[in-house]
Amino acid sequence: MTDLPTSRIDLKAVLHSSAPTIAKDDHSEGMSYLQSVPRRLVTLYLPLSIIVIVLLFPFYWMGLTAIKPDEQLLDLDKYNPFWTWNPTFKHFYKLLFESHYPMWLWNTMYVAVCATILSIIASVLAAYAIVRLRYKGANMVGGLIFLAYLVPPSILFIPLATVVFQYGLFDSPMALILTYPTILIPFSTWLLMGYFKTIPFELEECALIDGASRWQILIKIVLPLAIPGLISAFIFCFTLCWNEFIYALTFLQSTSNKTVPVAIVNEFVDGDIYRWGSLMAGALAGSLPLVILYAFFVEHYVSAMTGAVKE
Amino acid sequence: MADIAIAPRRAKTEIREASAWDQLKHNRNWLGFWFMVPALAFLIFFLAYPLGLGIWLSFTDTRIGRVGHFVGSENYEWLWDDAIFWLSVFNTLLYTFIASAIKFGIGLYLALLLNENMPFKAMLRALVLIPFIVPTVLSALAFWWIFDSQFSIISWSLKQMGLITENINFLGDTTWARICVIFANIWRGVPFVAITLLAGLQTVQPSLYEAATLDGASRWQMFRFITYPLLTPIIAVVMTFSVLFTFTDFQLIWAMTRGGPVNATHLMATLSYQRAIIAGQLGEGAAISSAMIPFLLAAIMVSWFGLQRRKWQQGENND
Repeated sequence: MTDLPTSRIDLKAVLHSSAPTIAKDDHSEGMSYLQSVPRRLVTLYLPLSIIVIVLLFPFYWMGLTAIKPDEQLLDLDKYNPFWTWNPTFKHFYKLLFESHYPMWLWNTMYVAVCATILSIIASVLAAYAIVRLRYKGANMVGGLIFLAYLVPPSILFIPLATVVFQYGLFDSPMALILTYPTILIPFSTWLLMGYFKTIPFELEECALIDGASRWQILIKIVLPLAIPGLISAFIFCFTLCWNEFIYALTFLQSTSNKTVPVAIVNEFVDGDIYRWGSLMAGALAGSLPLVILYAFFVEHYVSAMTGAVKE
Repeated sequence: MADIAIAPRRAKTEIREASAWDQLKHNRNWLGFWFMVPALAFLIFFLAYPLGLGIWLSFTDTRIGRVGHFVGSENYEWLWDDAIFWLSVFNTLLYTFIASAIKFGIGLYLALLLNENMPFKAMLRALVLIPFIVPTVLSALAFWWIFDSQFSIISWSLKQMGLITENINFLGDTTWARICVIFANIWRGVPFVAITLLAGLQTVQPSLYEAATLDGASRWQMFRFITYPLLTPIIAVVMTFSVLFTFTDFQLIWAMTRGGPVNATHLMATLSYQRAIIAGQLGEGAAISSAMIPFLLAAIMVSWFGLQRRKWQQGENND
């Protein structure tokens, strides 16, 4: 309780604790002794478990559908729909070996990685220039970049389609690699600006006196110190790319070039009444890479999300 | 040998004037410009230029594969008399308003719950965020299957409980379809609102609550007079983002209903895609998406004043 009021958000605390108090073994702390167990049960655990179940049920349902045999999927009276005793990997087999799914997965990954790397390079330079070079009009450019963050893809895709066509990029992965950074750069620039501001200016002054150029300072001093920020930006950008739909839907035409979200919606949705198994298997396989990435970098993820909002 | 000994001394005396090039190399503005080039190139060629081009396209009769001519405000006049366009505006406002309000309510409630002390807290918080990470289209497909007209698990459960006798035609009935897409949007948006508000909640000092308890404040009073006022700035920002992204939503609708049934779930974004890309009327589609700009500007203004207020609360210098 001795902490001074601060405006900075402690990112580890977002995930691991609530208030800066000393935790006891029974997880009671601070004023929680004022609440009885039954009261906590009704006001805290009950609503919380309802919300969490609703939030996670679609994934359970997705996973269950993906491993259910077809006849169980459509016969709700004979089998209990909430469980299956004879799971099958038929849908995944069909997905991986009888469709273009691996190629779509590869396309998505390729586009996401390239667009993310391009955006991060551009954002690092821009954020460093805005925060530390403080050239004339830096604040205004920072504000404009924030405004760019607020321009949504759904009002840009029509003119961008004509631009992409003019540049001869239509139906190629380059169309996405070059247009995704417009979504990613504003976000990651703002995020990195926040990180760069926390690096002591004195470090740079020392380096300047020792004769380092701005470029050397950026590469040898600022970037190594901003690695958590870079990871956050990278993961968040990667997720945004993977999630992007409208540009991929508009700019790509041939089946072999599509990304996972677009391909699943366009290629898997046919009249087949038995499509659900493979559709859900596709949705699950398309989400898994992101969920695994998220599992390893939860903290960075949260810091990216809250960082972009708080700046 | 003597030359070698003298050479360094001579070099030391030769301190040359800083050339124009040297000065330029250390000029902030010059350096700053080159550091900004990559980001600005992307944003100008693929964001600012298309934004302007979109507005220009909305005043032409461009179609796919044909250069358009300037037709003045014909597209807008056409849209003004178009019942489907007005329906899509109504749908968008309804969708944005209801979904954002509920997302805010549930998100704030969830944030308050997650801020309590309990076992497995870290894991719970990580789980709550999953709907936000999974690509929207893929979770929308799961919802499509959950809301299937024949094999919906919800219909089945309600029938088992004896509440209904016939399957609910979730995505085939106009009212139900609207409820379903709004529900899916809320489901996806709540984690974002909850986790960002949770980050804000953790900056509130526990001592304030202790003082309030000593003064005999009820839980509601503590929320109303401590939590809420301290959270207002972050609420303003989060809700602006939430409103903005709900208003321009495309993928959820496209994966679940494609605007159907009878255009009941067509948002402005999906309508513009249908008119511009599927029907090929680029000019008309551009007019629909340009019509979204005033609404976006309104949202940006709200965000701006939210940020201003935040600065004022934290004092002059909040760097």
